[in-house]
Amino acid sequence: MTRLLMTLAVAALIALPAYAGEFYINLASQILIAAVVAMSLNLLVGYGGLTSLGHAAFVGFSAYVYAWLTTKLGIGNGVASVSALAATTALACAFGLVALRATGLSFLMITLAFSQILWGLAYRWVSVTNGDNGLSGITRLAPFGTSLDSAAGFYWATLGVSFIAFLAIAAFANSPFGATLRGVRDEPRRMAALGHNVHLIRWITFVYSGFWAAVAGLLYVNYNKYIHPSALSIANSAEALLGVIAGGSGTLGGPIAGAALITILKNYASAYIERWNMLLGFVFLAIVLIVPEGIVPGLQRLVARRGDRKK
Amino acid sequence: MQFWIIQILNSLAFGGILFLLASGFSLIFGLQRIANLTHGSFFMLGSYIGASLLREHTPGVDLWLAALMAGLLVALLGGLLERLVLRRLPGNPLGQVLVTLGVAFIISDACLVIWGGDPIPVPTPRAVARPVIVGHFAFPTYRLVVVGIAIAVAISLHLLLERTRLGAMIRAGVDDMQIARAVGIRVSVLFTCVFCLGAGIAGAAGVLGGPIFSAYPGLDADMLPLALIVVILGGVGSLAGAFIGSFIIGAIYTFGSTLFPDVAYFILFLPMIVVIAYRPEGLFGRSRA
Amino acid sequence: MTVPALDIQNLVKRFGGLPATRHVSMRVEAGERRLILGPNGAGKTTLFNQITGDLSPTSGSIRLFGREVTRLPPSRRAHLGIARTYQIVTLFQQDTLEHNVMLALLGLSRRRYDMFRPLASVPQMREKARRALGQVGLDQLGQRKVSDLSYGEKRRLEIALALAQEPKLLLLDEPMAGLSTEERTTVRNLIASIPRSTTLVMIEHDMDSALSLVDKVTLLHYGQVLVEGDREAVVAAPQTREVYLGL
Repeated sequence: MTRLLMTLAVAALIALPAYAGEFYINLASQILIAAVVAMSLNLLVGYGGLTSLGHAAFVGFSAYVYAWLTTKLGIGNGVASVSALAATTALACAFGLVALRATGLSFLMITLAFSQILWGLAYRWVSVTNGDNGLSGITRLAPFGTSLDSAAGFYWATLGVSFIAFLAIAAFANSPFGATLRGVRDEPRRMAALGHNVHLIRWITFVYSGFWAAVAGLLYVNYNKYIHPSALSIANSAEALLGVIAGGSGTLGGPIAGAALITILKNYASAYIERWNMLLGFVFLAIVLIVPEGIVPGLQRLVARRGDRKK
Repeated sequence: MQFWIIQILNSLAFGGILFLLASGFSLIFGLQRIANLTHGSFFMLGSYIGASLLREHTPGVDLWLAALMAGLLVALLGGLLERLVLRRLPGNPLGQVLVTLGVAFIISDACLVIWGGDPIPVPTPRAVARPVIVGHFAFPTYRLVVVGIAIAVAISLHLLLERTRLGAMIRAGVDDMQIARAVGIRVSVLFTCVFCLGAGIAGAAGVLGGPIFSAYPGLDADMLPLALIVVILGGVGSLAGAFIGSFIIGAIYTFGSTLFPDVAYFILFLPMIVVIAYRPEGLFGRSRA
Repeated sequence: MTVPALDIQNLVKRFGGLPATRHVSMRVEAGERRLILGPNGAGKTTLFNQITGDLSPTSGSIRLFGREVTRLPPSRRAHLGIARTYQIVTLFQQDTLEHNVMLALLGLSRRRYDMFRPLASVPQMREKARRALGQVGLDQLGQRKVSDLSYGEKRRLEIALALAQEPKLLLLDEPMAGLSTEERTTVRNLIASIPRSTTLVMIEHDMDSALSLVDKVTLLHYGQVLVEGDREAVVAAPQTREVYLGL
């Protein structure tokens, strides 16, 4: 039954451009990109138990590397993409080595500090990043010569990449490493006594999470054809975290649902409310105070409780 | 030479302001294990309140009074935040962090709505506007005063923690919460007091930093990570660590911005990385399990 | 003379000014069953934690089957054949019993870093897990969640995790603490059935249950070895009576 539903959902997604207008196709692309960001963050937060507030740094860094290589150095899009992925993964390796010396809240603070430093660099290092003007004039990848300039074309490419990301992360969740990671999240001392190298396991997860964030960064910069320092802001990291938590961390579908929710909210709210940050703040408060385990599990809990009361 | 004097005093003043900000953060984190991400917003809010008050040019309201009033208002806001919101999330440090982040966003946008997008300058008080001249060199007086205030606050906090009953209770709470409760310390009141104190100092610091930074949108996002770096570097919950860390970061930031403006932010990294690599708990922190 | 399973030389552990382990030397032969006795605060668990690597000794050396392990982290020691249980049961509460044992098996498996293929594809994981659960009489409960188990069953699961790794040296920290008389008998019989290919060192408070399981006894007091020898000798020793009966 679930298989059937999943197949129908995938079919509906592929067929989207046939029945939806350009606005909705673009919205769908944005949701997919947000979903990849959320899924990559969930590796760390949900499965690893390591809450990071610096994830936007990896997304943004990847975007900047691609932008800089193509616009300032004139390097081909394909090579630039691979370079962006490699550079961001290397950055994650380095960040991880330092940040994982701490755990819990200290880890959170360090990821936040790191990410803010990259954000500051993006603003100040004007000779490289163009500072507040951002880098524009970016062209989209054209895999095998196919142009991705149309909304539908880009959407399908993004759908393909997101699907691959989803499969990879689903495989991860079901793999021996995934089980080990969850064990480390729940009882690290026990896992060490059983022979698992806790530090290495966390570091590998951090790097892998950074890699998929880099993939999202490429999608992001190709979608917007522009990159600005605000992409690395705390607000973006917080949005990603909110998406993961809102949907329900530690599950496969939760982050996707959460990311979809936040993206849709952002798109519609910005038509009526100028102050998105304030709304985001209130949404944060609401979710943490009312349904901390995530909307999907939370709704299930609330429905179950009402059912009990009726009896 | 004059250039260096200005830079040194700038960095000392910056370090002083940072200390005022970081000390509150460190106290709150040390005692309640809450990484209060609203702290930068408290600073900015204080800055705006002070700038607002001074803009009216009401006789008798000088920078010092504005700092006091802003500090009290922000302390009150902090108390409300702690009692009404953070209190609902006991034993959920992640939730508390996310909530403080949410409130930070709310305050940040609220300031934008109330005070607009343009920076509001805060005038240096007349009495200390003229530099102190020693020999051939001029020392910006206000910077000296800020350093003096930071040292005074450091000493007061130290005396508070080491010599008073309140301080003893705070230290007991930091060491072992359960035992502190068991010996009858009213932990919930203590938490609110410490949170208000931290918030209040941040708010007052915002006003004192006004003549140096002005009040502008984004001040919170600029100051918060610096406070975090100071606390990580110096060690959480350690006042001495916050003090020394603040001046180190103040110096690096000031000299870095002047000499290597492009990569000043990156240079801030280095001491933090070096310290964490060798001592994850920070220079003066105690290693927690 | 064969290489001893465990060779501790002059071990010292100080916490600040407080000496928890004072010049402890101990030799446990391969296949032996050793009981570490001592009143509360004697330093038994501290000694265990230094053997497993959870604590770093201030000075002294620990050799496992002739190999120097004093500074090795706990995870590396597991690969050299040490397994332990904890005084307070430490299990993965939200997972099934089978999953718990699989995590133990993964600890020593080369496939533990595989992040692409499913867990189910690791050969024989399921069978080995079931066998380990069978060894402690829990094979019927393989699919239940740990949080559903009784305390005695959790204890047995802890031992199953250790046994699943087929350790050369097994350290049991108060395996019978908090158990009912019936559960105690079950665990006793379980321990008695462990093959001699696994050397056993046990901390226990309850002398009656433990004594019949072991060959030799080491009595610790204030971090020092007071008496050591075979069962009867230690039980009869005047120091033992002094420590336990205050005579």
